[in-house]
Amino acid sequence: MAVEVRIPTILRPYTGDQKSVEASGASLSALIDDLEENHPGIKDRLLENGDLRRFVNVYVNDEDVRFLGGLEAAVSDGDEVVVLPAVAGGGPDGLVRGA
Amino acid sequence: MLTLDRATYDGIVAHAKRDHPVEACGIVAGPEGSDRPERLVEMVNSAGSPTFYEFDSTELLALYQDLWRREEEPVVVYHSHTATEAYPSRTDIGLANEPGAHYVLVGTQEHGNIQGPVEFRSYRIVDGEVTEEEVTVVDALPPASTP
Repeated sequence: MAVEVRIPTILRPYTGDQKSVEASGASLSALIDDLEENHPGIKDRLLENGDLRRFVNVYVNDEDVRFLGGLEAAVSDGDEVVVLPAVAGGGPDGLVRGA
Repeated sequence: MLTLDRATYDGIVAHAKRDHPVEACGIVAGPEGSDRPERLVEMVNSAGSPTFYEFDSTELLALYQDLWRREEEPVVVYHSHTATEAYPSRTDIGLANEPGAHYVLVGTQEHGNIQGPVEFRSYRIVDGEVTEEEVTVVDALPPASTP
């Protein structure tokens, strides 16, 4: 089962500079484990303490996975997964909320 | 060095002043690999905060899908600091995820929404290291070189 995963520039060092790679898994969690098999180190850039990092956005078929059950989001053959780091920041007093 | 045309520079400044005291944010897109900031895209600060900015996640995806279709990338990522110096904060540095981009900071603390000079500074932020660079404003960008 193959799912296309779009990789952002900042994570391309893990994918040999490929803009998108294929992975498999029935859930986002399984998909990320499969990504890690072929691209060691990438999982740690996506997850923190077993959950998606606050400032990493993942979309399945254009829907933010936070609305699809997070890591439990179902993924199936032919789906398109996009990983995008948040574009965010703040002044010296800015809180990194939820991070 | 960052070279911007006058209209883009003025557009970023106008956005920062309009949204003050909330942080304004957006990008200037250009063809992949060109380092030409050609197309200003104002974004909504979904945090609506004077000390924090974040692109809304749905708008972020739509923005990048549009960039991919056009074979563009964010050449400039800008935001404003409304009460502090136009220098990247620790949060800005930690969340800078476009190693190829020029990170522009506009400081509006002196004049707020009204006319008057702003701080307008640009940085490279790579692997947590900040390097300030010169900003040059020209009437129009030079013609794109054709390979």
